[in-house]
Amino acid sequence: IMSIFGEVPQAAPVAVFKLTADFREDQNPRKVNLGVGAYRTDECQPWVLPVVRKVEKMIADDHSLNHEYLPILGLPEFRSSSSKIALGEDSPAIKDNRVGAVQCLGGTGALKIGAEFLRRWYNGTDNTKTPVYVSAPTWENHNAVFSNAGFEDIRPYKYWDAGKRGLDLEGFLGDLESAPDHSIFVLHACAHNPTGTDPTQDQWKQIADVMMRKSLFAFFDSAYQGFASGNLDKDAWAVRYFVSQGFELFCAQSFSKNFGLYNERVGNLTVVAKDQDNLNRVLSQMEKIVRITWSNPPSQGARLVAITLNTPELFAEWKDNVKTMADRVLLMRAQLKEKLKALGTPGTWEHITEQIGMFSFTGLNPKQVEYLVKEKHIYLMASGRINMCGLTTKNIDYVAESIHEAVTTVQ
Amino acid sequence: SRRSSSQKFTAYLHSILNFFFIFLSSWWTEVQMGPPDPILGVTEAFKRDTNPKKMNLGVGAYRDDQGKPFVLSCVRKAEAQIAAKKLDKEYLPIGGLAEFSKACSQLALGPDNEVLKSGRSITIQTISGTGSLRVGANFVSRFHNASRDVYLPKPSWGNHTPIFRDAGMQLKAYSYYDPKTCGFDFKGALHDISKIPEKSVIVLHACAHNPTGVDPRPEQWKEMAALIKKRNLLVFFDMAYQGFASGDIDRDAWAVRDFIEQGHNILLSQSFAKNMGLYGERVGGFTVVCKDVEEAKRVESQLKILIRPIYSNPPMNGARIASTILNTPELYKEWLVEVKDMADRIITMREMFVSNLKKEGSTHNWQHVTEQIGMFCFTGLKPEQVERLIKEFSIYMTKDGRISVAGVTSANVGYLAHAIHAVTK
Repeated sequence: IMSIFGEVPQAAPVAVFKLTADFREDQNPRKVNLGVGAYRTDECQPWVLPVVRKVEKMIADDHSLNHEYLPILGLPEFRSSSSKIALGEDSPAIKDNRVGAVQCLGGTGALKIGAEFLRRWYNGTDNTKTPVYVSAPTWENHNAVFSNAGFEDIRPYKYWDAGKRGLDLEGFLGDLESAPDHSIFVLHACAHNPTGTDPTQDQWKQIADVMMRKSLFAFFDSAYQGFASGNLDKDAWAVRYFVSQGFELFCAQSFSKNFGLYNERVGNLTVVAKDQDNLNRVLSQMEKIVRITWSNPPSQGARLVAITLNTPELFAEWKDNVKTMADRVLLMRAQLKEKLKALGTPGTWEHITEQIGMFSFTGLNPKQVEYLVKEKHIYLMASGRINMCGLTTKNIDYVAESIHEAVTTVQ
Repeated sequence: SRRSSSQKFTAYLHSILNFFFIFLSSWWTEVQMGPPDPILGVTEAFKRDTNPKKMNLGVGAYRDDQGKPFVLSCVRKAEAQIAAKKLDKEYLPIGGLAEFSKACSQLALGPDNEVLKSGRSITIQTISGTGSLRVGANFVSRFHNASRDVYLPKPSWGNHTPIFRDAGMQLKAYSYYDPKTCGFDFKGALHDISKIPEKSVIVLHACAHNPTGVDPRPEQWKEMAALIKKRNLLVFFDMAYQGFASGDIDRDAWAVRDFIEQGHNILLSQSFAKNMGLYGERVGGFTVVCKDVEEAKRVESQLKILIRPIYSNPPMNGARIASTILNTPELYKEWLVEVKDMADRIITMREMFVSNLKKEGSTHNWQHVTEQIGMFCFTGLKPEQVERLIKEFSIYMTKDGRISVAGVTSANVGYLAHAIHAVTK
């Protein structure tokens, strides 16, 4: 019989997951996975936060809880406490009742709902041609989220300066200036993925200035709050600054990393509008989008986060757990840089400690990356991005030596 | 700075103007207020009502005979087992938990199905039934280039239309419900189906049709399968109530399995919201039956590409619970009993509803109430009568006269019959 799907081509696998799959198949005892962005302990194990285990048990023991549908927009206490995390407990915008939120499936889901809304309602009712700017480079799924939401014009904005291994501020500001007014800009709130390079506060101010003047829309992607510096407020500075400057904006929050709740898909799309009336209309339209995408969000993860954020002792414990993760990453950064310097590896390695968050853009070129993967069984993305969490006190020497080899023998 | 002073001045002016403009206006001024969801709107109104006799017969979630949400015992046991394992929270693959997907397909198709043995199908975990339909709609829209048309039964679940439309498909309908008999318009369905252009997509409710509760009989399904084959249509089954309809999971999946046996390579959406009471955990599956293993692999790869920009990978909790139940013999047995109990309670309520109407003195034919199956009953009530039920009796249902029988209990069935008799006599 002729098949309806006879013409369906084999799609290429998603690179980061293929990397982990290859890593799993590798039998070499020294193999190291510096690919996918998930936290690992110094024993290279996944880490379920102690506070998470505690709250899980609380939920399991509470037989008054059931598995009924959540509202379409999600668990109310999750949404409001999550927005507070992003904007600050004392946020004037929250006090003004102009902040709302949609519980979504992870950070991806939050970006999705935000993108679908913007395509329908942002600047007129058909934004398929409205330019969407994503940083060069950016998380590889950003492009797909916006193009699948119907945006036809997705452009890069200058961000990473490979030469100086830092932020290309001039290029960034230049792209902001030359962008058509009302363009949408996807901004990484902190711990830029994949470069780990964030603007300074002063640089954010310059960015905000241009965006305000040119009516550019700020869509923040906040996947690492708390995880970057170890301090929630510090990591939220940029988002809060933009709000204080009067921007209406979206902030896609993920609790995958900072709560370690990767597979429960806990995310929140925070919406800051001019006033409550505008906010309500926006949320009503987002509700319609949610209804035809997943109807209503999963309850387990949201419950867990809501209980934690709304219970003072648990909230304190969570912040502590987050700091534990952030501190280990900082330690690995410091040690990797030290070892590369000690080995005399050519080039400068300051960027390893200057960069922030889970990832580091090493600056290794594709050939060097291939060498590491094939010859040394060290798995990292072709871009040279490494997940610092994959480093441990036990493998860091091997990784440093291997990087040294790659840099000195492969051009 | 490389900007000239006149450029700086212009920028300054621009920013002053923008300040005022932005201060006064919002991006969202033109955003219209979205209409309230018709089904959830019923629950909102119900919540506001202070009448102690009020009844919520709107949303389709099972209630026990005390009118309370019901957490299945096998679910509680599965949860305890899972908690004891202290599993990590690492991302699932894009296609979800493998043990779940496998068990999900076995439940629908039967473990000895040739399709499963040959490996010529792909089943992935989805965000319950809605998520499954959405992925399926996106898949069909992207890869089924032979047609843009999706045919839904008249009527169908309200959310089918916007899901398929948003995915880029055109919605059409085939006759299904006969308001004169409150039953299946078999002749009308066959007639309409015989006119559907080749290669169109046809959506079929596998069992417990929503909203009517009207299902074809097996011999009718057989005729439809043959006609649909003749018309060369792409079959998309929506199975949200397996086990919940008749109490028997094999009986409820009969149509799905028969169509496959007749040579249809179907698409199938499954939900575990109702039959496992896992509503808010969002557990579902999407299956594509393919020509062979190789095609199934290609299709799987494309499903992943569709899913990644929506939500990356699915939630673990519910799938883990469902998988534990389906894959643990004692829990599976217990589940079958509990699903049957839920279905039996619904059937009992239908019977009590009709006998109470007779007791009230109603002379109308209420046969359809016991002939219909599943959570919903299309009462045949008209909008004015529904309005009266809401206003005078605080009995809430959707305007189309659909009631969720799950909201009926032995304590309130008498009141319901009394009220309905009052508005229909």
